[in-house]
Parts: sequence; structure tokens; C-alpha cells
Amino acid sequence: MQPNPFQPAMFLAILPEIALAVLAALILTLDLTLGTARKRYLGWVTAGGLVIIMALAAALSRPAAQPELIFGGMLRLDGLTFVFRFIFLLGAAITCLLMVDSATVATPGVRAPGREGEFYVLLLIATLGMDLMASSADLVMLYLAIETTSLPLYILAGFLTRDPRSTEAGMKYFLFGAMTAAIMLYGFSLIFGLTGTTNLYAMTAQWSAGKIPVALPLVAVMLALVGFGFKISAVPFHFWAPDVYEGAPTPVAGFLSTASKAAGFAVLLRFLLAAFPQIAPDWTVVLAVIAAASMIVGNLLAAVQKNIKRLLAYSSIAQAGYILVGVVAAGSPISAKLGAQGVLYYLLSYLVTNLAAFGIVAWVGRSLGSDDISVYAGLQKRNPYLALALLVAMLSLGGVPPLGGFMGKLLVFGAAVQSGTLGIVLAFIGVITSVIGLYYYLNVLRIAFSVPAEAHLPALPVTVAFRVAIITCVALILALGTIIAPWFGLSILGAAF
Amino acid sequence: MQSATPFLSLILFIPTVAALLLLFVPSNERGVIKWGAFIASLLPLALTILMWMQFSPNAVTGRFQFEEIAYWYPAIGASYHLGIDGISLTMIFLTTLLVPLGILASFSLTERVKGFMILFLLLETGMLGVFMALDLMLFFVFWEAGLVPMYFLISQWGGKNRNYASLKFILYTMGGSLGLLLAIQMIGVTTKSYDYLQWLGNWRTLDAVARPLFGLPVSTVKSIAFWAFVVAFAVKVPIWPFHTWLPDAHTEAPTAGSMILAGVMLKLGAYGFLRLVLPLFPVQSKEYAPALAVLATLAIILGALGAFGQDDFKRLVAYSSINHMGFVVLGIAAAAAAAGTDNALLAMNGAVLQMFNHGLYAAGMFFLVGVIYDRAHTRDLNAFGGLWRLLPIYGTVLMFMSMASLGLPGLNGFVSEFLVVRGAWPVFIAATTISMIGVFFTGAYTLKALWKVLQGPLNVHWVGHLTEMTTRELVVVAPLMALILVIGIWPAWILDVINKTVMTLF
Amino acid sequence: MVLLRAIIPLLSILIFLPAIAGLVILALPENRRNLIRWVALGTSLVTLLLALLVYVSYDAGIGGYQWVEGPFPWVGALGISYFVGVDGLSVPLVLLAAVVLLFGVMISWNVEDRPREYFAFLLFLGTSVLGVFSSLDLFQLFFFFELAVFPKYLMIVLWGSPKTRNYGAMKLTLYLFIGSVVALVGVLAMYFASGKFTFNLIELERAGFSPAFQYAWFPVLFLGFAVLSGIFPFHSWAPDGHVAAPTAVSMMLAGVEMKVGAFAALRVAILLLPIGAKQWAWAILILATINVVYGALIALIQKDFKYVIGFSSVSHMGLVLIGFATLTHDGLLGSGMQMFSHGIMTALFFAVVGMVYDRAHTREIGQLGGLFRVMPVAAIGFIIAGLVSMGMPGFSGFVAEFPIFMGAWQVSPAVAIIAVLGVIITAGYILLVIRRVFFGEMPAALQGRVGDIGMMDKIVVISLSVMMIALGWFPQALMAGILNSGVQRILTLLGGA
Repeated sequence: MQPNPFQPAMFLAILPEIALAVLAALILTLDLTLGTARKRYLGWVTAGGLVIIMALAAALSRPAAQPELIFGGMLRLDGLTFVFRFIFLLGAAITCLLMVDSATVATPGVRAPGREGEFYVLLLIATLGMDLMASSADLVMLYLAIETTSLPLYILAGFLTRDPRSTEAGMKYFLFGAMTAAIMLYGFSLIFGLTGTTNLYAMTAQWSAGKIPVALPLVAVMLALVGFGFKISAVPFHFWAPDVYEGAPTPVAGFLSTASKAAGFAVLLRFLLAAFPQIAPDWTVVLAVIAAASMIVGNLLAAVQKNIKRLLAYSSIAQAGYILVGVVAAGSPISAKLGAQGVLYYLLSYLVTNLAAFGIVAWVGRSLGSDDISVYAGLQKRNPYLALALLVAMLSLGGVPPLGGFMGKLLVFGAAVQSGTLGIVLAFIGVITSVIGLYYYLNVLRIAFSVPAEAHLPALPVTVAFRVAIITCVALILALGTIIAPWFGLSILGAAF
Repeated sequence: MQSATPFLSLILFIPTVAALLLLFVPSNERGVIKWGAFIASLLPLALTILMWMQFSPNAVTGRFQFEEIAYWYPAIGASYHLGIDGISLTMIFLTTLLVPLGILASFSLTERVKGFMILFLLLETGMLGVFMALDLMLFFVFWEAGLVPMYFLISQWGGKNRNYASLKFILYTMGGSLGLLLAIQMIGVTTKSYDYLQWLGNWRTLDAVARPLFGLPVSTVKSIAFWAFVVAFAVKVPIWPFHTWLPDAHTEAPTAGSMILAGVMLKLGAYGFLRLVLPLFPVQSKEYAPALAVLATLAIILGALGAFGQDDFKRLVAYSSINHMGFVVLGIAAAAAAAGTDNALLAMNGAVLQMFNHGLYAAGMFFLVGVIYDRAHTRDLNAFGGLWRLLPIYGTVLMFMSMASLGLPGLNGFVSEFLVVRGAWPVFIAATTISMIGVFFTGAYTLKALWKVLQGPLNVHWVGHLTEMTTRELVVVAPLMALILVIGIWPAWILDVINKTVMTLF
Repeated sequence: MVLLRAIIPLLSILIFLPAIAGLVILALPENRRNLIRWVALGTSLVTLLLALLVYVSYDAGIGGYQWVEGPFPWVGALGISYFVGVDGLSVPLVLLAAVVLLFGVMISWNVEDRPREYFAFLLFLGTSVLGVFSSLDLFQLFFFFELAVFPKYLMIVLWGSPKTRNYGAMKLTLYLFIGSVVALVGVLAMYFASGKFTFNLIELERAGFSPAFQYAWFPVLFLGFAVLSGIFPFHSWAPDGHVAAPTAVSMMLAGVEMKVGAFAALRVAILLLPIGAKQWAWAILILATINVVYGALIALIQKDFKYVIGFSSVSHMGLVLIGFATLTHDGLLGSGMQMFSHGIMTALFFAVVGMVYDRAHTREIGQLGGLFRVMPVAAIGFIIAGLVSMGMPGFSGFVAEFPIFMGAWQVSPAVAIIAVLGVIITAGYILLVIRRVFFGEMPAALQGRVGDIGMMDKIVVISLSVMMIALGWFPQALMAGILNSGVQRILTLLGGA
């Protein structure tokens, strides 16, 4: 496939990314001009800007019927790019809303006042990086995009400079990220050395030529997988996740576990399926092992956690395992389509679900000053609607209808069953471990809905921004679980790459 | 033969309807409840007498009269099919007679009258249904339906040991009827119908078909089914060694309960032999008849010995039922063994009549035990003595009843036992001979009871405590005594009805 | 009526009415207890009337599916549609669900702890079961099947008996979830193996799965669903769960949910994989026979009033499964009857147990006694339910069990004989419980403290009792005629295999 020469229309394809950069600049300016008291509106502005960008993207940056490589083959605007862009933008917008009122609750050490601007700008840059990750069609571009995403996220994870746990989280995330990125880069270089090209879509021809022994690309893929595995926090590259999630500001943890993870999957799909379809039977086995390990380890460890953020961290490791099942299925020709569609659908529902969960955790954590699961006792008395939102989020994570998580699981397991024996085995591992998952999700709900012995529990009011964010998430979770067709249509679109 | 008036349904369900109506009467309106129940139970009696008049023993069209057939559970091949022949008619008469008497006997009840009367009336429906059903599923329905009210009558209004006795009663009889259930189902599944008349055609001729059932030869299956039936009915009759529930249940039951238990419920078992076992399994019946005869003889002897050993008046009467029902079984066994001969006819006639007769005097005896117990609050034979002088009327009635049960010529027991023995004699000489010795023991325990209660030195403790029978109590025994006497002197009216049916049985 | 059918989506209204009312209730202010419970009562009453309308208007002469709506595409790309309808087998179950729902609401009239959530969750449960019984789309069936997870869990945990509720609720939920997700894998396997890519049950019936496929997947599907019907050795959730649950939930669980399991096992496993069913029937027969005898034996030695009933359900559901496994007309007919009869009976059992417990504050059989005098209506109701449970003629249990045994005779006399033994054990424990709890001397601790039941409770007890007697007397007119048409359809399917 020959990259198109430059055309002015190409700018339309990256219009959302340009807009992101503009928005970042605007926020930076506003940050300088607004007084401290009014800086809380920055979150609203950022979120509003993100929504506008989503509208722009939907209206103007649609993929053509025949996907094109643009900017000299660096980027590719196709369904995958298009759909993932929404995932990132929506994730960022909700994260902004969750951050808006973090200063209104006076818990010390949560956030240094006056630094809102930095936060949103970094978030926007990370989002921009993710957009590029999803659309990269070139190893160099891909690496740059990954780093563009990672660097702001390292800072965001350590954003609470007065909180040693946050600093430690940032540091840990950085060290892990840097190391895995190096290994991944080594893999990239191996690929370049073997094929002589950095374009993902040009590599298949090289593998098919038959000059290269199969073992070599497989080694390269496995090296690259280290980097991707870190992004999606799959076993055995998951060690950073619990500590980072626990230490980072909670909305950031939510963003890491959803949008950032989604970006990792976007890359994984494109990288493996566009560049390495020939050795799919080999890498599916590797991925299957990783998926099974993630599902088992993540769920088992989550079940014993006492801290809700660590619980969600391990659960997100397990969720990565489920999504990987879809990727494995996508590697088999029989179930290629459904596998990728399942991954997309899963990521969509997981995005809103996990953001809702982390949002509630953030709110409760800030209000009650603790992330222990035990402080959730009586939540239902304090704020019944918050408890209901938690119910929806947890059950969606558990994969129970009529919620989005159910459809996601159904699709990835469906694709796995379609793919053959290996998939069926994976599906069985998946459903059995999801029972463990349900166990700890229900446990959280049990505590939240039970009435503790202490007589008086003060109410737990929420603010408008938070309410908008959570209601959006809950509505989307329900919509993903009931009005399935449009979202599945989106997944079909996204699975074309 | 179809009848214009649905006599059977009316007789069957009037008690149920009455029970439902009683449900809405306030519990403290005891008078209304008692009289309402009594009057309601007289209606079936009146209808039965009317039906008896219309019954034509010599009818040639079909074996059953007053047939009714209606849609019930066609999905599995069961229907609401009723009909009677002479044997059922006799039993229905016995039932509808004893129920009002039982209710009258219970007028002395002061506690929880409502529940008692409702259960009693439901019990009547259950028993009547067994005698009327011509559909085997329906038969089983009524067969079991009677158990429940009886269980509660014993467990709620019974004596000290009522819990043990009632549970033993229901588990024994239910256990027995499980075999019945299974056998009915097996035949139902095989013949694809539960209709008795169909079975008479299909099941009997099944031997001709060579195909095995359930992987077994037809004859084996038939033998198994036969024994399932026999055990179920044997528990109910009861035949030794399935009798152990009986003394407990009869002793602990309230008076009216014992009257019905001994008077009617035991007949259900014997009726089952006549209605199901002999007609459906002629070959097996003939084959196993000697075994049955041996068991019957054992029941006669051991029942009598058991009765003789009792010090509890009621328990003594209870054991006597085993003894008397032994003759019924002996008659049935003889009839089965000698099917088609005159001996069989005689034995069978005797058996059916003995069922009726035992119903009369057993109910009477239990009632009389109840009468004395109501006054003395003890049933220990050693505690009584010389009561004839205190209670001359009671003494006379008791004497009369005892003589009937003893088989005194001129009273009903003699007629039926004579017929049984006459019929069985040529068939089972040894068994019959030994049974005759049993009659000697019967005399022994009856006289023992009479001696201990009425004769001997007067136990002065009772002077002034015991009162003579009331008019109500006399009204209860009077019909029984009258029938006992009438049958003893002129049994033809009832034997005519029985005999014609018995002839068609073979 | 024909016109009515064409215009009004009666089944859909019936299915969704409880859930919508549940949502409305959730939106009501918490302190409007009276309004909340009247809304719940009104809704469930209307639901019952609608269910009665459906039941009465079902034309057994025509048979087949009636009141059909759809298939309307739901997720067209996946062959998922919204498709409802009832046949002779499911229409009694719809009625059962509506009956138990109404009486469940009535029995909970005096709930004081958070009535809003209580009634809302109960109504959600109602929608779930009604949805399963009327689904003609496999996805939709599963969707409704799983919808019950959270109401069940939360209701047990929040309003259950304090000692065992956490354990019981979790055990129940996880057992059922594991069963259903295992079945889900089977469902997906069928979806792909059919080659039709549809979840339409009617279509799938005609798929003609290969014998090898049926043999391999039948156990997965059947056992997966049958866990909910309490099949041995996966039954142990049932007594623990039933005992831990609040009264209305015990009624729904044992009365309706267990039938959901049995129904789904029949509708999906047996009807779609008839060859597999024939090959595995022997195994189900063995397991179900163990259910009958083992359940009854364990019930015999229980000291807790409610556990007796809990185990009796295990025993009775065994009979339903025996009926299924015979694959004969009589067995299936009997199972249909038994599902309804047992549903009503066990609802009454649990209702009375609840009434006793509410007044005596103990369920230890040894600490109860003589209650007949203070609560005669409840006691008579319990006795009638007991007689049904013993299979006494004149009550619904007999006309249900009789055909089951007939079916058993046709395939295995040994099963018939052993299962009948279960009946006498049942008689033993039922009579013992009745005597110990309702008769005899009332313990001093209860004297004067235990009063009669209220009017609402009396209506429940009397209505349920009358239903069981009426069904026992007029089996064909009331139910078997309708069931028969459903069974004929099944036999055609089985015969066609």
C-alpha cells in the first residue's frame, strides 16, 4: 500500500488532534489569566472543549471507505483510529469533570491549589498522544506517540507532590515505563533490521517472502509485547499497577486504567494484526498464556484486597486478561472480525464502567479520607444514589446484564468460542475467573449497602460536575448493556483497520 | 347402566360440601356444628338406602350400575369414573351408616369440635370414593385421601400415645400404598389407561402377548404387581405380619375414629383384594392363595392370642379386629384357590358378609369401650369388675355385642363365619381346622373381657361414679344391634345383593 | 381477543411493568413508605391480572407460541432479536411468577428497613423471571436469566437473617453465576455451530446440530442451567440461600427461580440438543433421583424449621428433573405440573415459616410448638402445603408427581421405585415438623408473645392453599390441558431428532 502524497485534506484527518493542541494552549493561557478562585472552571472548560472536539471528530474526521495512510505513511485514519479517538476523548472529558471539585473538599494533601491548569494540559497532551498511538502506522511514529502519552502520565501519577505515596507512584510508573519502553524499542529495532521498513503495513510482504525464519519475528513480537503489556498492565508486566493506582490521584488512576489501557490495546491490535498476521498462530498462544495468567492472577489477588484502589487495580489487570481473550480470538482467521469487535466493545464499556468506579472511589476517598473498603459501610444510607451508581459500576465490571460489561464479556468469549479449542479453553478460564470477580465486586456492594452499627452517618452530598460525570457514565453503561446495536455498529467500524 | 340421578357423586360429595360449609361456621357455635354435621351425614345414608332400592341385583347389562363417567385428567388417561356393584353397595351402606353414628358418638366432644367434624366428613368422602371408583388413579386418590383426616383425628384427638400411633399409622399405610401406587402406574403405563373396565380386558389377557415388559417376562412382572397390591391391601386389612400399626392406632384414636377405623377402613383393604387382586390377577391369586390362607390362619390365631393377653379394654378389641378380619382373608384365599367352584362362591359370600358384619360389631364394641372410658377415664380391665350391677343397660348391650363378635348363632357373626368356614373347608382343610381352634380363642378373650368388666367382684371405687348410658348413646348402638339381629336371623336380603355380584366375579 | 392480540404488546407490558415500577419506586422519596408499598402492590396486582389474562386466553387447541411479539432486531449484526411468546409449557410459569411476586409483595407489607430498595429490587426480580419464561431468543433469555443476580444477592445480604446472610447470599450468587456462565459458553458454542448466526430459539431448534456436538455440549448447557434448579451435586446453595433470604425472596427463589433453572435447562439444553439429551438422559436420571432421596433424607434431620423446607425444595426439584429426563409425554407433563405446584407450595411454606419466625423470633424446631392455637390459618396453610409436598391425592402435588412416576416407569422402573421412596421420607419429615411446630405444648418462652397473623398474610395463605387444592381436583381443566399442548410440541422436536 503506497502512502498518499501530501494533500491539504489530510489535515481534516488530524483535526481532532490539532484541536487538542489548541485546547491545551487555551487552557494554559486561561490558567495564567484566571484567578485562583475561578480556576475550578478550567475543568468545565476542558471537558466542554473535549466534547466539542468529539463532535468535530464525528462530523469531519470520518474514515474513508478505503482507509488511507497519510503524512507519508506515518498515520492512518481508519475505523480503529476513529473509534479509539472517542474512547480517549470521552475518558479525558469525564476525568476532567471528576477533577473539577477536588479542591472543594478540604482534605489536606490532595491537590496543591493553583495547579489545575497544569493538570488539564498534561491530560490533554496525554490524550493527544493516545490519539496518535491509535493511528500510528509506523514504528517510529508509534514510539513517539507512546512516549508522548507516557511522559505526561508519569507526571500526573506523581501529581500530588506533598503526598509521598503519589510521588512514589510517579517514580515507579516512570521507571517501569522507561524500562519496558526500552525493551520494546529493542524489539522495534529488530523488526526494522529484519524487514528494512518501519511501516507496519509494509511488513507483511516481507514476512510472506519467506526469507526470514519464523523464530525471529516472534522474538521481536515478544520484545514489543513487553512494552504493550506494560501499557495494558497484563501479567507479568502488571507489578506497577497496584502501587501506582493506589498512590496516584484517583481520577488519574481511573484514566490510566481506562484510556491509557485502551491505547495499549489499540496499538496491540494494529501492530499484531496488520504487521504479523502470518505468525498469528504463534503469538496467539503467547497472548493466550498472558490472558489466562492475567485473569487468574488479577482476580485472585483482587479478592484479598482491603483497599478499594488496589482492588480496582487488580481487577483492571484481570479485565486486561478478558480483553486479551478477544485479541487472541482476533488472531484466528475464523473469529478475526468478532474478536476485534469484542475488544472494541469491551473497551467502550470498560471505559465508562471503570471511570464511574474510580470516580466514586475518588469522591468517597476525598470525603471520608480513606480508601479502605470498610469506609464504604453505610454508603447507601449516606447517599443512596451514589450507592446505586456503585452498584451499576461494580456489576458491569462483574459482567452482569443489563450492563455494558456483560455485552463486552459476551462478545470476547463468543469470539473465543468461535476461534476453536484454544479459545474455548480460554473462555472457560474466563467465565470461571469472572465468578471470582463477581465475588469481590459483590463484597464491595455488600459493604456499601449494609447498615453499620454506628448510629449516625452524615450524608454524603456530591457536586454538579461529579454528578454529570457519574450520570453520564451510568447512562452509558446501561445503554451499552441494553441498546446494544449502535454501539456494536461502532465496534464493527472500529474493527476495520 | 347410566342413572338419571348422579347418586354416587351426591353421596360422595355431600360430606365434602358439608365440611366446607362448616368451615364458615364460627368455632364456638358447637351445637350448630354438631347437628349440622350429623344431619349432613344422614343425607348420604338416605340416598344410599334409596339407591339400594333401585339397585337391581339381577341386572344383566354390564357389571356396574349407577355408572358416571366424566372428564378429569385425560392427559394421562385418567377419568372420573364411578360405578358400583353389590360388594361396593354393601360397603357404601356400611360407611354411610357408621359415619352418622360416629358423629353422634362424638357429641360428647367439647374441644375443637369444628375441626373434628370437618375432618370426619372429609374422611367419609375419602372412604366412599374408594368403594365407588372405577378409575384406578381415582381409586388411589381416595385411597390416600382418607389417610390424612384419620391421621389428624388420631394425632389431635387421640390418647396419650397419639403422636407415636398416628405417625406409625400413616407411615405404615402410606408405605404400603407406595407399592400400590407403583403397581397402578406400571399397569397404567402398560395398558395406557387407568380405567378399571379396560384393565379387566387388557391386563388379564396380557399373558397372551409374548413381549416382555421392562425387560422381564410378563408373568414375572405380573407377579411383582400382584405382590405390590397384596402388600398394600394386607397392611390395610391388616394381615399378619403387617398388623402392628393397628393396635396402636385403634387404641389411641378417639372413639369415633376407632369406630370408623375398625368399621370401614379395614374393609378398604379387603375390598381391594376383591376388586383388584382377584379379578386382575386370577392366575397369581390361585397360585399364591395357600400362602394367603396360612397368613389368614396366623392372623386368626395370633390375633385372638394377642387379644387374650391384653389388659387394656380397647387394645383387646383392637386385636380382636385382626382375628375377625382373618376370616375375611381366609374366605378370599379360599375363593381365589377354588375359583369357579361352589366352594369359592360360598367363601366369597362369607367374606363379604363378614366384612359388613365386622363393621357393625367392631364399631359397636369400640363405641362401648368409649362409653365406659368417658365415664371411668381408664380402660384397664383390672380396674373394672361387677359393673353389670351398676350399669344393667350397658351390660346388656355389651353382652349383645360381644356375642355377635363371638359368633353366637342367631346373630350376624355366625352367618358369615359359617359361610367362610364352609367354603374354605374343602379347599384348605388344615388352615380351616386351625382357624376353628381360633374361634375357641375368640370365645376365650371375649369372655375374659366380659368377665373382667361385668362380672366378678364389684370394684366399689366406681359406685356413684358411673352413670348409665344416655339416650344419645343408645341411639348410637340401636341401629347396630338391630342390623346385627336382622342379619343373624334373616341374611337373605343382603346376601342376595352380594351373591349376584360374587357370581360375576369369576 | 384476536384484535387485542394484534394491538397490545401484552407480554412486553407484563415483563417490563415490574421493572418500570421498580425504577419509579427508586425515584420516590424514602420516607413515603406507604406510597412505595402501594405502588409495589398495585403493580404486582396488575402484573398478576395481565398474567391471568395471558393464561386464560392461551388457546391450547391451537397450541404453539401465542402472544408472540417479534422478532424485532435488537442487535441485527449478531442475530439478536427481541422476541417473546408463550407456549403451553411456559404460560403456567408466567402465571406462577406473577402469583409469587404478588404474594411476595404482600408478605413483605411490613418491611421497615429501606422499603424503597426492598420493593424495587423485588420487582426487578419479577421482571427477570417473567422475561426468562417468555423469551424466544436465546440471548434475551440469558439476559433476563442473569438480570436476577444483583436483586437476589442484595436482598439476601440486606434483609436476610443476620447470622448467615453474608455466607448464604455469596454462596448462592456464586453457585448460580458459575452455572450460568458455563452455560453461556455452551450457548455461544451453539450459536456458532448452528451456522445460522442467530439467537432465535425457533430457528435454532431447526439447526440440526451434529450428534458429536450435541453429545459434547449437552452436559455443559444442561448442568449450567440446572444448577439453578438445584441439581445434585450442585444443590448446596439452595438450602443455605433460601434460609438466609428474607421471606419474600425465599418465596421467589424456591418458588420461581428454581423453575427458571429447570425451564432454561429444558428450553435450551433439551430442546436444542435433543440427541444429546437422549444420550445423557441416564445421567440426569441418576442425579435427579439422588436429589429426591438425598434431599428428603437431609430434610429429615434438620433442626431449623426453614432448612427443612430448603432441603425439601431440593428433593422436589429432583422430581421435575426426573420428569424432564424421561423425555416422555407423561414425564414432561408431570414436570410442568410439578413446577407450578411446587412453586406455589414452597412459596406458601416459606411464607408461613416467615410468619412464624417474625412472631417467635426463632426457627429452632425444638423451641417452637403449639402454634396452631394462635395462628390457625397459617398452620392450616402449612399443613396443606405439607400434604401437597407429600404428594397427597386431592392436592396439586399428586397430579404432578403421578405423571412423573408414570414417565419414569417408561424409561426406568428402578428410578420410579426409588423416587417413590422419597415420598414416604417426605411424609415423615413433613408430619414431624407439623406436629412439633404447630401442635403439642407451646414453650413457655413463647406464651403470650406470639399472636395471630394479619389480614394480608391470611389472604396470602388462603389464596395459595385454594390454588393447590383446585389444581389437585381439576388438573386437566386448569392446567394439564394447556401443558399438554406444550408437551406435544416438545415431543415433536424430540421425535424429529
